[in-house]
Amino acid sequence: MSKHGPRRSGARTVPVPLLVPALAGLAFLLLPLVALLVRAPWRDLPDQLTSPEVWQALRLSLLCATSATVLSLVVGVPLAWLLARTEFPGRGFVRALVTLPLVLPPVVGGVALLLAFGRNGVVGQWLDAWFGITLPFTTTGVVLAETFVAMPFLVISVEGTLRAADPRFEEAATTLGASRFTAFRRVTLPLIAPGIAAGAVLAWARALGEFGATITFAGNFPGRTQTMPLAVYLALQNDPAAAIALSLVLLAVSIAVLAGLRDRWMRAS
Amino acid sequence: MTRSVPRTRRIRRSLRVSGGIRRSLRVSGAGAAVLLTLSACSSSSGGDEDAGSAGSSSKLSGQVTVFAAASLKESFTKLGETFEQRHPGTEVSFNFGGSDSLAAGITSGAPADVFASASPKTMATVTDAGAAAGEPSTFVRNRLEIATLPGNPERISSLQDLTASGLKVVLCDKSVPCGAAAQKALAAGGLDLNPVSYEQDVKAALTKVELKEADAALVYRTDVRAAGGKVAGVDFPEADEAVNDYPITVLEDAPNPGAAKAFVALVKSAEGQRVLTDAGFGTP
Repeated sequence: MSKHGPRRSGARTVPVPLLVPALAGLAFLLLPLVALLVRAPWRDLPDQLTSPEVWQALRLSLLCATSATVLSLVVGVPLAWLLARTEFPGRGFVRALVTLPLVLPPVVGGVALLLAFGRNGVVGQWLDAWFGITLPFTTTGVVLAETFVAMPFLVISVEGTLRAADPRFEEAATTLGASRFTAFRRVTLPLIAPGIAAGAVLAWARALGEFGATITFAGNFPGRTQTMPLAVYLALQNDPAAAIALSLVLLAVSIAVLAGLRDRWMRAS
Repeated sequence: MTRSVPRTRRIRRSLRVSGGIRRSLRVSGAGAAVLLTLSACSSSSGGDEDAGSAGSSSKLSGQVTVFAAASLKESFTKLGETFEQRHPGTEVSFNFGGSDSLAAGITSGAPADVFASASPKTMATVTDAGAAAGEPSTFVRNRLEIATLPGNPERISSLQDLTASGLKVVLCDKSVPCGAAAQKALAAGGLDLNPVSYEQDVKAALTKVELKEADAALVYRTDVRAAGGKVAGVDFPEADEAVNDYPITVLEDAPNPGAAKAFVALVKSAEGQRVLTDAGFGTP
């Protein structure tokens, strides 16, 4: 089959059974955002947004989401490679486990993190006893909670790209004398770069919006662990207008970042 | 019916435009059937008033939805079971949470019958919005207590002890009633407390102590009681300055007002008050 399919007269019209649900889906996703814009307290917005708490929460959110993405990249890409390129018993089971945080309610994820890395947790008690490190109620705790929830998005995305990429390039590299790691670094990585970028963006976006695991594991303290979603939730308790204003900031920042990234790196994909 | 149509004919028909339309009609027919079933279900739970007036006037049925402050969880769950036993055919479903988010839900139209709040201020947002039927009444009071690890290893005996450095204390966020009460108590004692976290509701604060992640939390006495042996409670005099009144009301748009009134009556009855005082609440 040629790359460009045969052009028929009806090929460019969108079938109605696809168009109608597609438009309904689009409207469903956009309407809540439109409602947010319609009901936004535009007049009070400058006041709401000049408060130092907002910028503090936003800065913390961006810092933590970016750190969580970097952490996910460092361990997630090798994990995806392991799942896609090696054979070991129980690989399907391991893959299912990796995706578990996707279905786990984030609050449960937060409790699980406390049980593992809390001051009294399975691993955490040794961290505390040997190194004096306690993770709950710290910014590091926020990064861990966000990584826990966001990394599966990256792993799944990268693994899918790896499976779609032709392994013969790597095989050719190894027959020409490259070690498997060199082949990964020099051949595989450039090949799957668009997939990694897409996965990183997904993970970053998920980390930025993370609420449940963060508030459960890291608590809520302005400037230390209070990220934007937490600030929004607590503002909603007694000042819905402020919550809307905060949401708009988060929305604007994520749109700006995602649009910027799309232009820069994601053309290839 | 679809199955009786031979497969080939079905395929051929679905390829034709008319077949497509017929199919979509069939689908919308199925949708209408679902809608009918749904509305039948909702009318069976909403039509209990008619059933009640037709039969004996005390006959209640259907679902009662109670939005209640997180601190009422144990006692209201118990009262809900009592209510269902006493009025067979009723089902009490609870939505426990931070009073303010419950109030926000109610004022934006959540289908609730009863609202029990942990503070008059929160209740006021509901009455101001015209969402309460009648005047809310105070049914219990709650006071703060220090929840600390079992056996009180840090030997905490006063509110001031919580300000010691190195002690991990969690408070409720100022926007929820237990947090506002904590700030009042701290102000009454002239104390400056630096917590590790402002939790989103009282149960979240308590959980941090139960899991031993925090050394102490300011929670309600009822929460200490509900946690059993998992935390130790320490009373402190400044708590007198931060007693919370709990108002309750039937809501204006209650889908099941008859059962809602009966539930509020049960809460305020001698029996209801006994369950609530057993849980650590004070009477108004």
